[in-house]
Order: sequence, then structure tokens, then C-alpha cells
Amino acid sequence: MPLQWVIVFFAWAGAVVLAAMPNQRHATVVNAAVSAGMFLLAVALMALPFEQHGWTRTDVLNMPFVLVSTFVGLTTAVFSAATLEQEGFDHWRSRAYHAAYQIFMGAQTLALLADNLGVMWVAIEIATLATVSMVAVHRTPAAFEAAWKFFILCGVGIALALFGTIVLYLAAQPLLTEETGLSWTALMAVAARCDPATLNLAFAFLLLGYGTKAGLVPLHSWLPDAHAEGPVPISAVLSGLLLNAAMLAVLRAKSIVGANPEAVTPGPFLLAFGLASVLLAALALWRRRDARRFFAWSSIEHMGIAAFAFGLGGPAANLAGLLHLIGHALVKSAVFFGVGRAAQLKGSQKIADIGGLVATHPALGWGLAVAILAIAGMPPFVIFASEFRLFSVAAAELPWLAITLALGMVTALAALITVLQALCFGVPTPDSGGALNGWREVASAVPVWLHLLVAVGLGIAMPLGLATMLATAAQVIG
Amino acid sequence: MRFGQLTYDLAHLLGGAVLLMSFVLLYQRRIGAVINAFAMQGTLLALAAAWQAHAQHAPGLYLTALLAFGAKGVLIPIALHRMVRELNLHRTVETALGIGPSMIAGVGLVGLAILAVLPATEGVRALAREDIALALSVVLLGMLMMITRRNAISQVIGLLSLENGLILAAIGVTGMPLVVELSTAALVLMVAMVAGVITFQIRERLDTVDTGSLEEHRGERR
Repeated sequence: MPLQWVIVFFAWAGAVVLAAMPNQRHATVVNAAVSAGMFLLAVALMALPFEQHGWTRTDVLNMPFVLVSTFVGLTTAVFSAATLEQEGFDHWRSRAYHAAYQIFMGAQTLALLADNLGVMWVAIEIATLATVSMVAVHRTPAAFEAAWKFFILCGVGIALALFGTIVLYLAAQPLLTEETGLSWTALMAVAARCDPATLNLAFAFLLLGYGTKAGLVPLHSWLPDAHAEGPVPISAVLSGLLLNAAMLAVLRAKSIVGANPEAVTPGPFLLAFGLASVLLAALALWRRRDARRFFAWSSIEHMGIAAFAFGLGGPAANLAGLLHLIGHALVKSAVFFGVGRAAQLKGSQKIADIGGLVATHPALGWGLAVAILAIAGMPPFVIFASEFRLFSVAAAELPWLAITLALGMVTALAALITVLQALCFGVPTPDSGGALNGWREVASAVPVWLHLLVAVGLGIAMPLGLATMLATAAQVIG
Repeated sequence: MRFGQLTYDLAHLLGGAVLLMSFVLLYQRRIGAVINAFAMQGTLLALAAAWQAHAQHAPGLYLTALLAFGAKGVLIPIALHRMVRELNLHRTVETALGIGPSMIAGVGLVGLAILAVLPATEGVRALAREDIALALSVVLLGMLMMITRRNAISQVIGLLSLENGLILAAIGVTGMPLVVELSTAALVLMVAMVAGVITFQIRERLDTVDTGSLEEHRGERR
């Protein structure tokens, strides 16, 4: 079995083991160990030559995401092991939660690695099912409402994406052979000769379908509730991983349509979705009273920024977009670790109930403060690098849109700083339990700082290999 | 394959019948009748898949047909009927938009689907493009049903019928790879959805399946 499939089935085998484990005390550790194994396998996959192999492919576009998502998967599993007792799961919920986590990780990795668009669709669907069950795991009415909305909206979304995939095949069918059908590589090769009108139709459905999963306005309304009502670690993987997989699917579709000169230019659509997301999120951030929903809205804003970058197109803007997705995955999951831990300590996730973390819990408070600064786009973190690159391109190419985008981002920045002051500084609010003992307290803070460290590293001195990969990938998207 | 040939005509007839059942779903006022209409649509879809399997010499599609019939023609309707009976749910369909306006909107959506698909697919073989137009109509009508019905069961049936439209599209495209796998995966999603709505009903004992009762738990209004 090629290594691509080994990673996926490693996670799914882990899910079976975790579901079957009678002693759930050890499940958190096994969960982390499986995630660590996945990360190591992903590193090994980086070392192999990139190729298309059957239904999967490894290339410069997806490998950085595979690496980041297995890394975030690992740190989230560690955070989960440290803090899971706070969720108050009983035996069966713990089993279901851990199994769903690894099913999600396997499907997420498969969605990134898939070359066949049908396989990618199935993988994103499995990932959706797994996350829905994790969001609903608390079984409170609010969790049900969030999971139901997530399920219905994303169900319609991925149904539209499947329709788009079918129409895409219809467009390319006369030029494809039986074996290569639905392969992205094969579709790219024949895209220029496909019927452009059919291609347009396919792109419309693919963009709407996967755009729903990526949380682009106006298809975003499942996102804040799903992030806020599930167990704390789930917010991190939803924001850091699932959104990226959906965005990558949009990019694959965009590159196919973009390769046909007679088909519609996909850029303006992404620009419009991106700008709408940034502007709506910037305003919505001011109205939030729930900390986890607040940062979920910030994810909508960042997906909008990335979509804007991909909409601009060209190597420089695409590079900024890819960098932004990676930076957002790292930093936003750090923010969710911090906010989630704070919500556990304070017994409430309302912004008004969390305050003065720096004074009472320095490691957590400072970690969260720095993470919020990083997500707001402050140097020296990687998000600053990507936003700076994006602006230098946007200001030259579309100055008026760049100004609008800047307005949105500054509005969001101000909201983030306000919340930063409220959560981390300000008057300390009393804790209501939620203390962790010994190693758990340390292990709950380490992922935050580790992510920030990596984000600084990528912002200041990106490894040359990764930089070259991203630059090449930026040209692939077109 | 062209107009006047049995393969073509029968494929069209079955596709059209699936679309017709989407309209039947829209004008039902009793939940039991909605479920029956959905079962009928599933059965017709299975027939359409079986006919395409025969016409395209694609034995895999027989499996799709069998799964569609077993799940959508028989099992899901039985499960939903039992649920309605045992939980003593409201037997009437609560609409957010009246039956008459829904039907008019439905006709408009079919027109939209045809206007969107036929000009865009001029380069494609006749049967496939008309099949896609029919399928898109079924998809849009499924969405319309989800929007205009307040009852969770009706919404789920709307989504299930939307998915029927996808299968109709997939089986109509000759040589489409992975059709069986994709349709099975889509079915799994739908079964999970139905299972979700059933557990959600029974475990939580909410006395209504009106999704309006979830509204108060929405967002931050707590």
C-alpha cells in the first residue's frame, strides 16, 4: 500500500481501536499516539518524491497542508488528552468522541491527498459526518441546534459540490478515457479543450458547494454555532483543518476552470465572496458576546482574506493566500486552545465572564494574548507576512478593493484588540473549578506556545524548501 | 441514442417521473403522504438506475438501483412511518410558504434549471444534458421543500429528494467513474441524517419536531 493510503488507514485503524477500548482512561493517550504516528508518516511522505498515484497525489499544493493538518491534529490530541476530563464525558461519549476524532483525521488527510475529485468529495463528506457527531456529543439542545444546522447546511453544500463534480465530468467526458475519469491531473490536462459553458456551470456548483464548507459569506451561517457548541478541541480542528480542506477543493476547481481561456474567469467570484466575508465578519465581530463564537467569526474573516487573495490570482497573491491558510490554521487553533481552556476555568464562554487571565493564569493569559495579536496580523507572525504580501499586490492591481479590504481588516483588528483587553487584562473574574492537576496543566498550555513558535518561525525565517514549495504551488493554482 | 429510440424515451420517462414526484412531495398536506411520495420517488429512481444499467451495459448501476430501492423505497420510509406513529407526531405538514405559492415557485425553478443547463451544455450529448436539466430541477425542488417546510421530517425528506436528483444526474452521464461508490457514499450521508433525526427525537423527547423549537437555542440568544 502506498504511504498516502497508509496515513489514512492508520487513522481509521486508530478509530477502530479507540472505539473498542474498554478502558477510556488510556484512550486520550492512545488518541495522541495515533495522531503522533500520523504526523510522522506525513513527514515521511514529504521525503518521498511527489507523484500522482491512483486516486491520490502528493504535490507542492497539498503537502504543506497535509503537514500542517497532521501537526495541528497532533497538538489538538495532546490538548484534548490534557483537558478532556473538563468536558465531563461518560464512557460511551468518550468512545464516540475519540473514534470520531480519528475518523475525521483520516478523512481530512484523504481529502487533502485526493487526486480523484470523487474520492475528495467522499472524504470531505466523511469528515463532515465525523465532525457533526463531535459537535453534537454534549447532547444539549444548543449542541443539537448547532449540529443540525451544520448537518443540513453542509449536507446541501456537499450535495451541490457533487452535482458540480458530475457536471465537470460531463464537460470533460469526450476527452477522457475510462480509467482517468475525475482525476484532477487528467482534468487539468484536457481543461483547455473542454466545453467552456459546461465548465462554467460546474464551477458555479463546486464553488457554492465547497464554499459552504469553507464558510464563505453568505454560506457561513453554520460555522459560528458549530465552533462554539462542540467540545473545546473540536473548534481547533474545525477552524484549522476542515476549512482548509474545503478551500483546497475550491482551489482545485478554480485551477481547472482557470486553465480554459474561454470559460469564465473564476477570480472575481472569489474576490466577491472574500470581500463579503471580510466585511460582514468585521462588523459581526463587534456584536459577539460569546468568546468562541467571536473567534469563529474571525475564522470567517480569515477565510475571506484567503479567498480574496486567490481571487486576485497570480503567483504573488496566491502565495499570500496559501501562506495565510497555513498561518491561520496554526494561530487560530492556538487561539481556540486558549479560549477553550479559559472557558473551562471560568465555567462560561461569555466574554463578560472571562477577564484578567494574565493576572490569574499567566501562562494561559499571555499565550492567549499573543495568539490574539498573531491572529490580528501583528508582526512577526506568519499572518502578518501573508497579509503584507496580499496588500502589496492588491494595492497595485485593484487599489479600490484593497482599500475596502483594509477597512474591513482594520475594523476586525479593533474588535480583536478590544476582546484581547477584556479577556486577558481587565478585572480578573472568579474561577469556577476547572483546575487541572500536574502535567495536564502544562500539557494544556504547551500546544498554544508551540503553535505560536512555529508561526513566528514561518513568519521570520521560513525554511527554504517550504518557501519554494509554496511558490511553485502558487503557480499551479493560476 | 436519440428521440424515438426506446432507450432514450424510457430514460426520459423515468427521469420525468422522478421530477413529477418532487412536485407531488410539494403539495402534500399530511406527513404520511409525504413519506409515501418519497418512497415512490425512490422506487422510480431505482427503476431509472436499473434502466441506465441496462442501456449503458454498466452492471455496477444495478447495485445503485438495488441500494436506492432498498434504502429509499423501503427502509427509510418504513423507519419514518414508524417514528411518526410511535412518537405521535403532528400528522399535518406545517408550511412556511403555502402549497400554492410553493408549486408556482417550483415551476419557476424547473424553468430556471432548464434555462441554466440547456444553453450551457450545448456541446454535450442530448440525453445527458436533458438528464442533467431534470436532475437539477429535482435538486432545486428538494431545496425549495427544505426552505418552505418547518417540520424536521419534511426538511430531511427535502434533502433526501435533493440527493435523489444527484443520483439521477450521476447515472445519466455515460461512463462516469465511481458512480456506485459516490451514490453509496451519498446514501450513507442520508441514512446518517435520518438516524440523526430519529435519535434526536427519541432521546431528547422534545414534544415537537418543529425546527422552530430549536430557534431559542440558536446562536447567542440565551
